[in-house]
Amino acid sequence: MILLAMQKWATAKAEITRPLYWSLAAAAFALLLLVWSVLTYGGHVPPLFLPAPDDIVKAAVLLFAEFDLMQDIYASVLRVTFGFLLAAAIGVPLGIMMGSLKVFEAFFEPFLGFVRYMPASAFIPLFILWLGIGEIEKIAVIFFGTFFQMTLMVMDVTKNVSQELIDTSYTLGVSKRSVFWRIILPASLPGILDTMRITFGWAWTYLVVAEIVAASSGLGYMIMQSQRFLKTAHIIVGILVIGVIGIIIDLVFKWLYGRLFPWMGKGGAA
Amino acid sequence: MENKLCIENVSKVFQEKNATVTALQNTSFCVAESEFVTILGPSGCGKSTILRIIAGLEEASSGRVLLDGKEIKEPGKDRGMVFQAYTLFPWLTVEQNIAFGLNVAGRSRSDQQDAVKFYIERIGLKGFEQAYPRKLSGGMKQRVAIARALANDPEVLLMDEPFGALDAQTRSVMQELLLSVWDESHKTILFVTHDVEEAVFIGDTIYVMTARPGKIKARIAVDLPTKRTYDLKLSDQFLTIKRDVLELIREEAWKAANANLPEG
Repeated sequence: MILLAMQKWATAKAEITRPLYWSLAAAAFALLLLVWSVLTYGGHVPPLFLPAPDDIVKAAVLLFAEFDLMQDIYASVLRVTFGFLLAAAIGVPLGIMMGSLKVFEAFFEPFLGFVRYMPASAFIPLFILWLGIGEIEKIAVIFFGTFFQMTLMVMDVTKNVSQELIDTSYTLGVSKRSVFWRIILPASLPGILDTMRITFGWAWTYLVVAEIVAASSGLGYMIMQSQRFLKTAHIIVGILVIGVIGIIIDLVFKWLYGRLFPWMGKGGAA
Repeated sequence: MENKLCIENVSKVFQEKNATVTALQNTSFCVAESEFVTILGPSGCGKSTILRIIAGLEEASSGRVLLDGKEIKEPGKDRGMVFQAYTLFPWLTVEQNIAFGLNVAGRSRSDQQDAVKFYIERIGLKGFEQAYPRKLSGGMKQRVAIARALANDPEVLLMDEPFGALDAQTRSVMQELLLSVWDESHKTILFVTHDVEEAVFIGDTIYVMTARPGKIKARIAVDLPTKRTYDLKLSDQFLTIKRDVLELIREEAWKAANANLPEG
């Protein structure tokens, strides 16, 4: 019986039940907690390097209650959102144009492909020189870190719109101009939203990079300050908060996806 | 009968890396109003190319296509098309897909609803109006694609192996369904296929094409009753025509197979 069950899950791509799926997911977290507890409560690692789980909880309570962690979260979320929305506002339309019109692709693709390999973090000194150390500089780092990849990914999504759908629409009376919003846009929207979900995660990475250098608020700044005072628990709380926010945003995107594209199958295939 | 559509000396030459490939050479024929024409040919003989040129999706290298005496330059809703691949717009429901052309043309909601109601009934998909294409089987998708093309009321309906991806049983059902829909509308239809039985069963006229470079090899008038059901396929009359056509196409199929060209 057990052997039979084993064979089933060991089959490539075979489905497993939902309870099993979620139990396994929970087990991974439980295992992390277990290893962590053994290391800390067992006295194998000094608290300076890794505080115990209950220390983290205490630190979190303290940070929210006394150190106004909400203020830092607010500052960070605002920066990420601004930088990301700016990148999306330019990157999405540009990517669609590049994916549909060869002249746009020829002009922008090699250039964007080149700049995309320049690390955004390496530009921080230049941004500080050009833009100062205020909000604009932080937003510029996030923009720079996401815009190029996002645009190229949207281009790819748009390029993959089936030529047959476009041809079909022409035989049904769609003009060369309206094919953009009649066919190309609706066909690529799910892919675009998925691109946004992925690049939003990257925006968070660049946020911390931006806040570690020359900031006076935000989660990255809080983490940096905590390191200065050797408050390891605070660093870990900061990292966990970023992780939790990330997961929430990911879920929001996935929820939006389901709401906006009821015509898509599960798993994304049309 | 008056000629609805004329193909005059149409050739198509593709430029490939180091060679020019002639897909279609000097093809000429005319289709009468309300005629159901099938174009039969081996793989890669350029039969789909003819349809794409008529649809305006591809340019002829030479020659011209006339619809009601006017030369065709670009795609238009006067030439509806049904493809072999499933081309329903996945983000639209069955209903919205059928009404798509009318919607593009800016026709009123009630016009759209009337057309949807009419065609949903004809293609036997009542109850599926609100379904998205991914919920439909291959045969259902093609039925909706046919309804979508017809709802737009084109002058000519071009069908590029529309049942090519369906299993034999579904295919047979679809052929009868198409004939029954055609029986009501009597659209001018050009239907491309590589299936001899299909070509004989649904066509008034069959054009048999040669292997690449494609051209018309023979024109066969199908002398069968207009009302056709599947049992006709077993009659002597049908089998005689099928045998003649098979004879014609066999030689070309061998040529095509030996040329080892990719499908197209």
